[in-house]
Amino acid sequence: MGSIFNIQQVINGLQLGSIYALIALGYTMVYGIVRLINFAHGDFYMLGAYAAYAAFYVFNSFLGKGSPLAFLALVVAMLAGGAIASLTNLLAYKPLRYKPKLSSLVTAIGVSMFLEYFFSAFPFIGPSPRGFPEILPKVIFRGFGAEISNYVIIDLVVAAILMSGLTFLIQKTSLGRAMRAVSQDKDAAKLMGIDVERIITWTFAIGGAFAGAAGLLAGLTYPRIDPYMGIIPGLKAFIAAVLGGIGNVPGAMLGAYILGLAETFANAYNSMVGDGIAFALLIIVLLVRPTGILGEKIADKI
Amino acid sequence: MKYPKFLVAAAVFYAAIMLLSLVGVLNGYFMIIINRSLIFVILAVSLNLINGITGQFSLGHMGFAAIGAYVSGTITTLIFKLPLPHALGLAEMGAETVFILAIVAGGAAAAFIGFLIGFPSLRLKGDYLAIVTLGFGEIIRTIVNNIDYIGGPRGLLGIPMFSNFTVIFAFAFLTVVIIRNTIESSHGRAMLAIRENELAADLSGVDTTRYKVTGFAMGAFFAGIAGGLLAHLISLAHPTQFGFLQSAMILILVYAGGMGSLTGSVIAAFLLTFLTEVLRLVIDWLNGTVGIPIGTEWTMVVYALILILVMLFKPEGLMGGREAKILILPRKTK
Repeated sequence: MGSIFNIQQVINGLQLGSIYALIALGYTMVYGIVRLINFAHGDFYMLGAYAAYAAFYVFNSFLGKGSPLAFLALVVAMLAGGAIASLTNLLAYKPLRYKPKLSSLVTAIGVSMFLEYFFSAFPFIGPSPRGFPEILPKVIFRGFGAEISNYVIIDLVVAAILMSGLTFLIQKTSLGRAMRAVSQDKDAAKLMGIDVERIITWTFAIGGAFAGAAGLLAGLTYPRIDPYMGIIPGLKAFIAAVLGGIGNVPGAMLGAYILGLAETFANAYNSMVGDGIAFALLIIVLLVRPTGILGEKIADKI
Repeated sequence: MKYPKFLVAAAVFYAAIMLLSLVGVLNGYFMIIINRSLIFVILAVSLNLINGITGQFSLGHMGFAAIGAYVSGTITTLIFKLPLPHALGLAEMGAETVFILAIVAGGAAAAFIGFLIGFPSLRLKGDYLAIVTLGFGEIIRTIVNNIDYIGGPRGLLGIPMFSNFTVIFAFAFLTVVIIRNTIESSHGRAMLAIRENELAADLSGVDTTRYKVTGFAMGAFFAGIAGGLLAHLISLAHPTQFGFLQSAMILILVYAGGMGSLTGSVIAAFLLTFLTEVLRLVIDWLNGTVGIPIGTEWTMVVYALILILVMLFKPEGLMGGREAKILILPRKTK
């Protein structure tokens, strides 16, 4: 092992980066369209983890461990995340759409607190952490001085498939074209006959679904879930989105992998540095290049 | 004294509480609630200066309170017992003097850090600033958690309980008066101009960075004071007291009371502190007498709902930016 830079750390960093990327995409898409930092986004990730927990529990007890149908849990987690996200948008953010921006931001903090404490007060979920069930026996492959488990492969592959799907959706479908149009200019999009509110709802739903999927992957990888698990990954994914250029979809993926790697290396060095490096990166990026790595500078309108 | 009626009202409030507590109507339990309310008054009013008056968005207010708590707590608990202060004759000053100086030192340390943080980050707008201040709060918590000398994750224990109603009341009173005077000064006008339109203020010759940093550091100073008072009230400074959640609670006070209204912040601080106790009694009652086992998390659910509902249905808050009559300067009649 010796050095903190070795293949094992790279694998761990890519795995963490995959989870951050799935969360960061939702942040960046929502920010790109409604210019809102959705503080509750980390909680959609938590809800996805709980939905997956419930689904695995059911599958494991009816079908037995290792059933291929367990992959349906991914659908369940994504549906849960997406449904709660679009519901949040309709109930809490839509009425404030044309009010001062800080009102939505404060509401987002309220929604986040509500989701965390409501689920920790909720009798069947409870505040105490739960162990995440295993869906299939863990297999570890060794080589090149590193080891990689099938869980890591699942994380990387699922994230890659989802992200390719999203890129296709944004670039090639009419919904994606409408999303890009709304994020460029809401008013012009409206004049072109795009139902802006519908697009915003879809954006929240897709972002929430991705967060839900990230919740499932995180549950598999770090098998302990609790109602507050979304706070820190949510923040870090946001930092990843800023790092890549907020509002920029490829930027969010890039930023997430950079952050995942940086954090893994820093953690190998010292756990306190590992905790702080994300925030240090954020402050450096905001000072040196506030638009992020791939972001474009937008001039202030007077 | 610019606000004679406020001075009278404050004196009456102080005398009434002292009298009721001496007679025994207000027992120790009530005095703790009142003391906590007054500390929340300091925190809410100082955050209002940053968020409500200067129009910035700080989400790490409790980080500054943590600095105040740990600096003042370290002075009264640890440093005061070292040989050096005795050699310098500091021990003869008496514990109370050291305590007041320690509280002010805590505030000054918080203001200094606020200045350091504010200078680079206040170039950022609204939501970015929120994230940086949030990150700052977490960094402070991580640092405190890792310094063993001041207790690390155990917290700083055995801080002398010097905070009493008189001291806390005096600091709360001074906070309100000083911040109110600032708002009415030319500095305050510049801050309000930044809130209304930063670009326009800049073009009108307001040094926006300077006033934003001043407002931020001032808010941090009073947050540090509040943190020090809190640590000396409950005899403990613990990393978990100063997290994001607690910062969000102060934010609720400011928004529920009304952005830019000190009166609103004061009222909200008292109302919500009492509400916490009422909710706790209700939860205890439901758990004990009625036999419905529910957790204390419901208190926070109620708070979150208050915040969401205020933002949706009464975004201007309780007072809507207005002040009580006793806090408005008498118009010069001429």
